[in-house]
Order: sequence, then C-alpha cells, then structure tokens
Amino acid sequence: METLTIGTKTLALDADGNLANVNDWTEDVARELAVQEGIPTLTPQHWTVINFMRQVFTKEGDAPSIRRLTKESGVDTKTLYQLFPKGPAKKAARIAGLPKPKGCI
Amino acid sequence: MADAIEKVSIVVSRGSLDGVYPGLIMANGARMEGIEATLFFTFFGLDAVIKKRMNELKVATVGNPGMHLPTLLGALPGMSAFATSMMKKEMEKIDIPPVGEFITMIHDAGCEMYACRATVDMFHLKPDDFCPEVDGVISVGQFYEKAAGGQIIFT
Repeated sequence: METLTIGTKTLALDADGNLANVNDWTEDVARELAVQEGIPTLTPQHWTVINFMRQVFTKEGDAPSIRRLTKESGVDTKTLYQLFPKGPAKKAARIAGLPKPKGCI
Repeated sequence: MADAIEKVSIVVSRGSLDGVYPGLIMANGARMEGIEATLFFTFFGLDAVIKKRMNELKVATVGNPGMHLPTLLGALPGMSAFATSMMKKEMEKIDIPPVGEFITMIHDAGCEMYACRATVDMFHLKPDDFCPEVDGVISVGQFYEKAAGGQIIFT
C-alpha cells in the first residue's frame, strides 16, 4: 500500500492515492497533497473549497458535486477550474483528505 | 496511466431531453477529470443551445422502446410532458441541472461549444437564436481540425 510521509508521520493511502483515513488529515497534509497536484500554494479561496468539502463529507458521507460547490461554497465554476485546473472535484477532494467523489456531476 | 484520455470532442445530434443529456454529462465529466472537451451540436441537437428551446426539451414517449410504454399510450396528449417532468424531478435529485444551467456550467468549466454550419443554414438560424455560450458556427471540416489528437464521441 502506498503511503504519504509528513514530517515524522507515515499516513496510509487508498487505491486512488487519497488518504485512507479521513481523520489523518491536517492542514500540512493538505499543503503536501496540493504540491503533488501541482498547486504550490493554497490561497484563501482554495481553503474555502477544501473546508466546504470536508464539511459536506462529514455530514453526508460523500464530497459535494461541482454544482453544489458552485452554489454553496461561494466559489464559481470558472474560479473552481482555475484553482484546481486538473479537475476540481477529484483534486480538491484529495487535498481535503477525502476519498474520490462518487457522483457523475 | 499511459493511455489516459486527454481530449474528447462530443457530438450531440438529437434534440430530445434524453438525446441531449448524455453528451452534456460526458462533456462535464471530462472537464471534471481535467480532460479537454469540446461540444459540437448538430441537427436537432442544436435545440440544446437555442435560447427559446433549450429549457423546453421533452422526453420522447413514442418510438422509444426504453420507455416500456405501448406506442399508442405514448402518443396520448400530455404523456411526453408527464414523462419529462418525472425525469426532470429525478435528475434534480441527483444534482443534474436543467439544460440551460448545465450549458453555462460546462462552458464555465472550459468546454468550447460549436454549432454545425449545415444545420444553421438548413434551419435559417441567426446568431441571436443561440445562447451566449456558443463559441461559433463551424463546418464539419473545422470540427475535425478542432478534434485532432483526441477522441470523438457521437451521441
């Protein structure tokens, strides 16, 4: 199984390369995963998206769709794709320490 | 992944609700995965980007075996409207937006959208008939140029 090393800690990853355990997530983990995804610095807007995704996941057990992200997080679709150019839902979920989203939209 | 898909060009050729959505969902899904996507609307598929029609598309209840409805029943007045409203309700539940909103969302996601030159000429359509997301009216030849290096999906 693949792992992610943050400082002295080694965290388990799932088959998609996302954190295996949602509770392993810290802001440092997010920064490291973001670098892996080609995002060198997380801006306040990135954090808005990340925190919103974690909030929805905690409540509902799945990450929100792009449509919901757009409608409820306050970050519009265009900006979302600028923040996470290689696919916002999937990449943001990974950085937020969540499993890959299940939905199609 | 050596063979990951990097680019898709999706042709939408049908104008019923069930004819339009698969192409839109695939285009949106491509962008969500970071795949470059282009939509090309042709024949009745153009209804999806015609302002007056895009939010009035209906499910076909006649000549649609997937409906499991005898043809004569499907032809009853109101049947198509009923099936359409049922389908729209179910789609809203799983967060699929109405056509107009979906087109805006997919375009904002960076998917280019084109109308087919031959269809535009055939139906005497004007630039003003289209929603603002349409990036241009292009010929089949131009479509192939834009599709170069990627996969073409016909729906």
